[in-house]
Amino acid sequence: MPIKSYLAHPHSGMKEELVLALSQFSECDIFPSENKDVVILITETATTDEDDKLTEKIQRISSLKLLAMVSGFNSPN
Amino acid sequence: MDHFKNINRRKFVKQMALLSAMSAAATMFPGIIFAEEQEKGIPAGANLDWKKAPCRFCGVGCGVLIGTENGKAVAVKGDPKSPVNKGLCCVKGYHSIMALYGKDRLTKPLVKKNGTYVETSMKEALDLVASKMKETISENGKDSVAIYGSGQWTIPDGYAASKLFKGCIGTNNVEANARLCMATAVTGFLSSFGLDEPMGCYEDIDYADVFVLWGNNMAEMHPVLFSRLLDQRLKRGVKIIDFATRTTRTSMASDKSILFKPQTDLAVANAICYEIIHNGWMNKAFVEEHCNFSKGLTNMGYGLEDNYAFTDKPEKISFEDYKTFLNDYTPEKAAQISGVSVKDIKLLASYFGDPNKKVMSLWCMGMNQHSRGTWVNNLVYNIHLLTGKISEPGNSPFSLTGQPSACGTVREVGTLTHKLPHGVVANKKHREFAAKIWDVPVENISPKPTYHTVEMFRALDRGDIRFMWIQVTNPFVSMPKLNRYRAGAEKDDRFIVVSDVYPTPTTDVADVILPSAMWVEREGMYGNSERRTQYFEQMLEPPGEAMSDTMQLIEVAKRMGFEKQFYYKDETHIEEIYNEYRKHHEGDKHNMAPLEVLKSQPGALWPYVNGKSTKWRYNAKYDPACSNGKDFHFYGLPDGKAVIWQRPYEPAAEEPDEEYPFWLGTGRVVEHWHTGSMTRRIPVLHQAMPKAYVELHPDDAKRMQIKNGDNVKLTTRRGQIILPAAIDQRGIPAPMQVFVPFFDESKLINELTLDSFCPISKEPDYKKCAVKVEKV
Ligand code: SF4
Repeated sequence: MPIKSYLAHPHSGMKEELVLALSQFSECDIFPSENKDVVILITETATTDEDDKLTEKIQRISSLKLLAMVSGFNSPN
Repeated sequence: MDHFKNINRRKFVKQMALLSAMSAAATMFPGIIFAEEQEKGIPAGANLDWKKAPCRFCGVGCGVLIGTENGKAVAVKGDPKSPVNKGLCCVKGYHSIMALYGKDRLTKPLVKKNGTYVETSMKEALDLVASKMKETISENGKDSVAIYGSGQWTIPDGYAASKLFKGCIGTNNVEANARLCMATAVTGFLSSFGLDEPMGCYEDIDYADVFVLWGNNMAEMHPVLFSRLLDQRLKRGVKIIDFATRTTRTSMASDKSILFKPQTDLAVANAICYEIIHNGWMNKAFVEEHCNFSKGLTNMGYGLEDNYAFTDKPEKISFEDYKTFLNDYTPEKAAQISGVSVKDIKLLASYFGDPNKKVMSLWCMGMNQHSRGTWVNNLVYNIHLLTGKISEPGNSPFSLTGQPSACGTVREVGTLTHKLPHGVVANKKHREFAAKIWDVPVENISPKPTYHTVEMFRALDRGDIRFMWIQVTNPFVSMPKLNRYRAGAEKDDRFIVVSDVYPTPTTDVADVILPSAMWVEREGMYGNSERRTQYFEQMLEPPGEAMSDTMQLIEVAKRMGFEKQFYYKDETHIEEIYNEYRKHHEGDKHNMAPLEVLKSQPGALWPYVNGKSTKWRYNAKYDPACSNGKDFHFYGLPDGKAVIWQRPYEPAAEEPDEEYPFWLGTGRVVEHWHTGSMTRRIPVLHQAMPKAYVELHPDDAKRMQIKNGDNVKLTTRRGQIILPAAIDQRGIPAPMQVFVPFFDESKLINELTLDSFCPISKEPDYKKCAVKVEKV
């Protein structure tokens, strides 16, 4: 049951688009900063396979400049 | 039921993940704000048992709450009751419990036999350590055995080590890795005030208007304290000035970043004093009432040769002498030396000179790991003394510590060759006092200090020391000029015992490896940067046969025939040791809080007098030890006055030249705890910062056609290394300087560093040597 947190950095001026794109994934919880260009992203998936696939999809979002993982927990249940 | 438990656990883990991300974001984007409902803490965690402890890692000493379930630590959060961190943690703190569960934890003692390690029982391993130590003493004398400990030792660990070696065995071969990080702060305090450790406390942050950071990358090294500075800026508009040799996350978050050439902080600090005096900003009444002026020896050398010795010879001077000396440090002259503009020097001076501004100076390794470190510590005190901005809320020269108990264990217990828990070995009265509490004949305690850390490893190399016991530290990553000292330890007739929790390059050279109980797997106390002693109980069982360092020392002491002195009972030994230790510090100047107090609250500041912590020492309003009837009393020195020192600028031991044209500086990163032996086993931290690198200035990189990630060869007179280039990444060195972090045991930058040290503190200068840089 991987649970991960990331800092998602948007391309300049594209925070709104990034938030919108991320909110399409049911596995993602999103916490945009109110005053800086960064979005906290928490992902929760059932298996490591699903986790890898989700990360790939996120990486393809065009408004995303950089996705930096902060923590990864593999909860047994 | 189980289903709900699982949901709760997942929710909890998600909350943890969120908090980690928020703390990372806060370090990267100072002043970052998230919607308030998202910043709420972790839910109570219905099934968890939460207990308080100081964080395992840095000297900030954050209070954490550790959640355990079925004998395992499963969660950690900042303790909202802790006045240090008020519920916050940094990324290391949030992940600290994971350091307990690395796959390769040492759980069984290992003894080297014919070149391979063989598992043995703890009993046999301790028998061997004791018999080997006895044998070495009988063959080579008591000064042939040594212990090298740590600022990560708990207070009882250090106390047991000092009592065993200094009191029972009778050798002053006791040193600790805090010699490599805090010794200069100690000699700075002692020479200026006669007593060690800061006069103020973290609460100063809530009152200061200006913060001057002297070569101190607080955003990475003291992240929680730095967030308190940023919080004050949001609330009160305080100013943060970063005065450094390299542009860091701290510089980026500061109001002003001022860069100076390595070593020249000495000149700038003197120029600030010049400006204070020449602009009439000196607090004359304070200086006349509370200060003396002195000078010491100059051209002291750098300690590069074996058996180097230096003792300063202080000499009183007049204010006029001092004023004349400062004529060499007009802002214009200091600008020439330091590369700092006259305007910026004057700006810095004006903050100190403004009577309506409270100023806090903060520093750590930049000023301490400095071949004239004691001097530059003295100079910063000069600035605060000349303006009377000291020992009152918000006016505070504040030396920060790196390790969780560099203050508590090394400085206060006195685990350095010249020290005793109270006072120094050279003082007969101090020896008598310690001998009485230790229940040993006073003749046991030698009046002569033996070796400071660098010299101790030189003695090991020479063969003057044959047996060394190393606890909670990793010198074969952290010693400068590493090749020499590692080779010395590997010599055939040396016997090395290492107590640790994971395999390291230091355990690699050990003859015996003792598995240690870590942090909350045992009971203990740490003392942080602000004189706060914090207690933690045993919350977990250590793995396998792992045993606390205190217990290992007690067991060996008993085997060596010191049962009488090591009378402690298994169940109560920590309490017994702490109560015995408190006797050394009785009195208004250093009284330690009783154990019941430490158990009931997130620590207490010493001197703890009449049931109260002393927040500002030397100030009669707050400090019951002041007895001269005046507003301030610097009672550490016989005449009750502090010393303003005449200390010049002198160059570093090795400066760039034609062959080695760059400066090399080394340091830490936020993700890793020092040599990384614990944090590299925390997957999140390891992934965030997996490998060492070399930072270059973009102009140098461009000229040398080096791109980010390209391999770069660094060569000094001592060794060479290849590292990937980091350009415009986390930190940006000034032109013709490079920076390399030292956490990565696969890239040992200390094979290149120089073992020059401050002649007064004997602390090595890891920030300055000359290096050649080539693209490969
Ligand atoms: S700032 Fe230091 S003490 Fe506080 S949580 Fe981080 S590592 Fe631990």
